[in-house]
Amino acid sequence: MNGMTPDYTQPWISTLNGKDVEKMLKTIGVKSVEELFADIPETYRMKLEDWLRLDIGFGRPLSEVELKRLMDEKLGKNTALRTPPFMGGGVYPHYVPPVVKYIISRGEFLTAYTPYQAEISQGLMQAIFEYQSLMAELLEMDVVNASMYDWGSALAEAVLMVSRVNKGRSKFLIPKNVNPFHKRVVEAYTRPHGIKLVEVEYDRATGEVDLEDVKNKLDGETAGVYVQYPNFFGVIESGVKEVFELAHERGALAVAGVYPVALGLLKPPGELGADIAVGEGQSLGLGMNYGGPHLGIFAVRYDMRLIRQMPGRLIGLTTTKDGSERAFSMVLQTREQHIRREKATSNICTNEALMAIAAAVFMSLLGGKGLRRLAEINYYNAHYAQMKLSEIGLNTRVFKSDFFNEFPISFNGVGVRYKEVHEGLLAKRIHGGLYIGDYYPELGETALFAFTEVHSKDDIDLLAGTLSELLRRGKGVP
Amino acid sequence: MFRQAKWNEPLILEYPDKGFTGLSLDSYSDSTARAVGEIRIPKGVLRDTPPNIPGLPEVEVVRHYTRLSQMSYGVDNGPVPLGSCTMKYNPRIAWWVAFDERIANLHPLQDERTVQGLLEILFELQKWLANITGMDVCTLHPAAGAHGELAGVLTIRRYHEMKGRADLKREIIVPDSAHGTNPASASMAGFVTVTVPTGEDGNIDLEALRAVVGERTAGLMITNPSTLGLFEERIGDIVKLVHEYDALLYYDGANLNGILGYARPGDMGFDIAHLNLHKTFSSPHGGGGPGAGPVCVKDRVVDEDKNIRLSDLLPGYLVVYDEEKGIYRLRHPGPHSVGLIKSFFGNVVPLVWAYVYIASLGPQGLRRVSEHAVLATNYFVKLVEGVRGFEVPYGKGRFRKNEVVLSAKPLAEETGVTAMDVAKGLLDAGFYAPTVYFPLIVKEALQVEFTESEAIENIERYAERLKEISRVAYENPDEAKKWPINTSVKLIDYVKGDHPKTLAPTWRVYVRKQRGELS
Repeated sequence: MNGMTPDYTQPWISTLNGKDVEKMLKTIGVKSVEELFADIPETYRMKLEDWLRLDIGFGRPLSEVELKRLMDEKLGKNTALRTPPFMGGGVYPHYVPPVVKYIISRGEFLTAYTPYQAEISQGLMQAIFEYQSLMAELLEMDVVNASMYDWGSALAEAVLMVSRVNKGRSKFLIPKNVNPFHKRVVEAYTRPHGIKLVEVEYDRATGEVDLEDVKNKLDGETAGVYVQYPNFFGVIESGVKEVFELAHERGALAVAGVYPVALGLLKPPGELGADIAVGEGQSLGLGMNYGGPHLGIFAVRYDMRLIRQMPGRLIGLTTTKDGSERAFSMVLQTREQHIRREKATSNICTNEALMAIAAAVFMSLLGGKGLRRLAEINYYNAHYAQMKLSEIGLNTRVFKSDFFNEFPISFNGVGVRYKEVHEGLLAKRIHGGLYIGDYYPELGETALFAFTEVHSKDDIDLLAGTLSELLRRGKGVP
Repeated sequence: MFRQAKWNEPLILEYPDKGFTGLSLDSYSDSTARAVGEIRIPKGVLRDTPPNIPGLPEVEVVRHYTRLSQMSYGVDNGPVPLGSCTMKYNPRIAWWVAFDERIANLHPLQDERTVQGLLEILFELQKWLANITGMDVCTLHPAAGAHGELAGVLTIRRYHEMKGRADLKREIIVPDSAHGTNPASASMAGFVTVTVPTGEDGNIDLEALRAVVGERTAGLMITNPSTLGLFEERIGDIVKLVHEYDALLYYDGANLNGILGYARPGDMGFDIAHLNLHKTFSSPHGGGGPGAGPVCVKDRVVDEDKNIRLSDLLPGYLVVYDEEKGIYRLRHPGPHSVGLIKSFFGNVVPLVWAYVYIASLGPQGLRRVSEHAVLATNYFVKLVEGVRGFEVPYGKGRFRKNEVVLSAKPLAEETGVTAMDVAKGLLDAGFYAPTVYFPLIVKEALQVEFTESEAIENIERYAERLKEISRVAYENPDEAKKWPINTSVKLIDYVKGDHPKTLAPTWRVYVRKQRGELS
């Protein structure tokens, strides 16, 4: 009658009843809602029956009861592992406090848009400002933006930023021991801009960046240098400061990649001389979410030359116009796409604001001492695991430098390939580490294992026991 | 009567350090710590003091952020008719599922066989989105709309590279009504942006387009319905024209809510389209993110001899079904692909949210979405037509789709009350404001999008408030300049926030400036 798609009552789109629709159509001056779509050329206008024939959803609306059951069935097909996976590589199983989940589920935060209207969004803006400020304390860097998508994209934007700041320099040094996934993102982002990514070797004995190679490759063409610590192997880089000093001597910018949980124990990038710091905030109460949403950390030193080239949104401190009280506003928006368009520092608009609030709640909940303690627990658990796993005859010291909460284990010469080990663990519903032989053929049968506060001593003992059994079987011992 | 909550809430960093930690962590670790002994991190890299963050009891932290939330405003509080943002209701059943621990606890590099349930959901979502858009293949990799645009323009670049003419194909054309992300994305992929004007009828000026399209054209990006809320009536001619030069057509899905179930970018001839699941498909905006910006393509042939198709160029992972083994797998980006534009799969929480939304509505419901949304827009237009000081520029007499753009130019000229003042006047009545000063081609623009979620009474109240604002502006413009007074703070000083002397993007900067350490 009124042209509406028939047979439908769904609470989310039943805000208008038949009487409302009649009134609206009459006011507009049309008989049927379909008339409102009449300017779509007929060739492209979809007929109802054609639309309903498409494979979209389950062909009919599902009730909430059906839906919940359906989703439970589907998620039930994921394997219920006995312990959290012993896997890291840039994303880590960490504890998500219910307080964090509760706060970010509050509708005033969850269902808000980017706070374009500041006066009615002060709480949201303060929360994001607090994220920026808490992260600034953790990093000891002055300026932190409201978030990037994730670590990889934050790093890629950092490389682009470095090439804008150091215009005319075409090289960027990126060590081989940084996360290979991040490197791929950097490649995709920088390719159209002719930035030459120069690989820096790592020391095969220590696992750390090869300082000599940095010296050899740093020149007047180098726009910036990146160091990730702990690096992809989990190894704590002891020469970050030296690398950054070398970079500065040649007029290059220093970019640090960080894992925030590790910063409870490790010197912050600000203290080590970083101009830019990037990292992954997923470890701060976000969950792994099979890859997202995560939280790209992006920070710079206080230098207007750098700040003006930063990507992303910034919330700043100001006052009301009458000067009577504190307030928050979006600052330096002239860098951004909605104002500067093709000359913007980045195209980013939607970011990971809610995840930034989660990280803020997490850091507030733990406090400085709690963050230190969390880092220590990660360190202890991983080192306990390293002891246990070396006791069963595995080579857990592929590199001799100390590590934080993950380390490579070599399965070279143990009589079984890592693939078989992985299968053996999985058969017991245990998920082992990340095989890295494909990225580092020189390491052969090697897998990266991570241990955090969510792994109990029993979990680690279970892993060691199971691995021990698999190794014995591999050697033909029953 | 509206009064927003107001707490004089200090920053968490201003709270006194009570030496607590609001999370108990130790139960697991005592035994491992004892076994390990000392921490052996070299002195040169060991942090001297813990981060300067106060230690508070849990209850104080919960109260702090609860109070902050009470000084915020989202769809749960009332209408947020921000144009081009599609601020619809975010159904909680989807929250329940998307925030499930059986998703939160999955590592992105986990063995595929251990995540079959999730992959099945994602596989089906890929298929549904392809059918909704009339495209062939969708990648769920991009994390936001602009990220989808980046994926799209990088794919366009790759396409021309594969055809050996990347040096020639340097230009991306966008209309002057486009979102700022379009030209910004084009720049990120190394393209030059060429802008084409909009005609009085609200369509792209075809003659102007003919004048700029040519051998150098790599692609065209359009939002349809446009940011004026008008369907591009000559889309057929535009597609034909652009394809003549083997340039690709990119569909910005920001306004899909206005034609959902009525028209599909694939049928219109677009080659690449991104969707904003946090707009059209009800995943919440979270105060700025996360989003999800899947990109769908028509799987046209790129290289016949090597059997390379457009989907082979897309960045990110595709979920595929392995018939032989009967399991879902991830197809990693291959040698011709753009690669990765984020470290891992995609923003899974918004993706699952959208899945639940689509499953719940079915095709019937999705078509109803655009019917309600379009009805709301045009009803609102009728209610505000003739309100003194406002006009509806472009496309006179045409029906709008998901949104409408009002101009407060007469109001500003006659009373000095600007679009921004109007926005503040709306806040004062407990509504969120429209998008202001966008699109750029409309002076004193107020871009209004109600979506399907607003009841008729809310639309009427909103229109009434605009009338009231008009009345105040003409009778007593000074009063209008004082708005807002009912929000948690009054009008904010933006200049101070931006000035290099007072700029304080973190508390650390503020404190260091106070101490004279920074200038």
